[in-house]
Amino acid sequence: MTSEDWALFEVFIRARGGLDHKHVGSVHAVDAAMAIEHARDVYTRRQEGVSIWVVRSSEIAASDPGDADALFEPARDKVYRHPTFYQIPDEVETL
Amino acid sequence: MYTQGLDQARIEADAEPAELERRFQQRIDAEEKIEPKDWMPSAYRRTLVRQIAQHAHSEIVGMLPEGNWITRAPTLQRKLILIAKVQDEGGHGAYLYSAAETLGTSRAELIDQLLSGRAKYSSIFNYPTPTWADIGAIGWLVDGAAIMNQIPLCRCSYGPYSRAMIRICREESFHQRQGYEIMLQLARGTAEQKAMAQAALNRWWWPALMMFGPSDADSKHTAQSVRWKIKRFTNDELRQKFVDFTVPQAKFLGIDVPDPDLRWDDQGGHYRYGEIDWSEFQQVLQGNGPCNRERLAARRAAHEEGRWVREAATAYAAKCQARATGKVA
Repeated sequence: MTSEDWALFEVFIRARGGLDHKHVGSVHAVDAAMAIEHARDVYTRRQEGVSIWVVRSSEIAASDPGDADALFEPARDKVYRHPTFYQIPDEVETL
Repeated sequence: MYTQGLDQARIEADAEPAELERRFQQRIDAEEKIEPKDWMPSAYRRTLVRQIAQHAHSEIVGMLPEGNWITRAPTLQRKLILIAKVQDEGGHGAYLYSAAETLGTSRAELIDQLLSGRAKYSSIFNYPTPTWADIGAIGWLVDGAAIMNQIPLCRCSYGPYSRAMIRICREESFHQRQGYEIMLQLARGTAEQKAMAQAALNRWWWPALMMFGPSDADSKHTAQSVRWKIKRFTNDELRQKFVDFTVPQAKFLGIDVPDPDLRWDDQGGHYRYGEIDWSEFQQVLQGNGPCNRERLAARRAAHEEGRWVREAATAYAAKCQARATGKVA
């Protein structure tokens, strides 16, 4: 690895305690420790976070957009998984 | 704007599978966002890489005219503000390089394009900042024009670019306001200070109008970029909006816009402005502006002077890695 092609890390920030870490972008760094330092300078100049995760981009496995139908279409007709599917008379309270 | 270079060179459309292309355009028309791994026409990818990279380079080179005044800011407060602003510009460059990389061009390659002079950046950063008032004028006019251009880019069809722009716009407003405040302070100061503000407006007005790029009649790529929803408004539409917003702000400062032809058009509801000197724009774009050589030389020097830091960091990381795996001699 030369200094010109440091590894790419994806950056995830937790905005406040109680929230999930959310992907915000990426930084280049020699290692994870430097990636956290860079992420802090690049993505949290205005108190945007209380916690940072970094992960090497090459370590992320992702679904293929071409498979989106095969993966997600089967859930489309399963409306009975949602509470609004069920008709309950108004008189029945707290349900 | 940051992509004036795009308006100059021709981008060839490739023969693409018609069906894929049709579905792609359907998604765009339905206001869906395109994400890095989605199929896209290669001309769309190329246009975006160039546009985002030019935008990133502009942020990076844009640090130089303002950096010129960090050591000479008039108060400690102004110095802190200016450092924060310049740091933001560096950050914006980093967000944008990160977005460009999702399209498959490495950051090292993008930076190499800038340093070798093959890539373009906004013409505006090739003008000098001889007085403190120029820092005010840059924030007010240059960042003002940038915001005008960037707000529609938040809705750009390419997801990573759009997200980077949302982040940038959130931070940019302070840049414009601090600039206008500097101008206000000078305009309300001594006669000499007010003259400084006027001279800065005289220097920056026309270059700021040129930031929006060639007029629509001469802009080769507007139509395709609008169809792809990379661009939402034409150069002239954005320029007009900028003029309409900015002229009243200059009036409030009590300084004159340096355009004898500027007048309010009651029927059209716009300020009409005089002819832009496009030969100056072309000269700056071709590398012959007042500071083109100086800017590139400064970027190259910074890159070279930082080399030992990058090499040391790489060597240190390798050493830590070796220690961790027990392979150290």
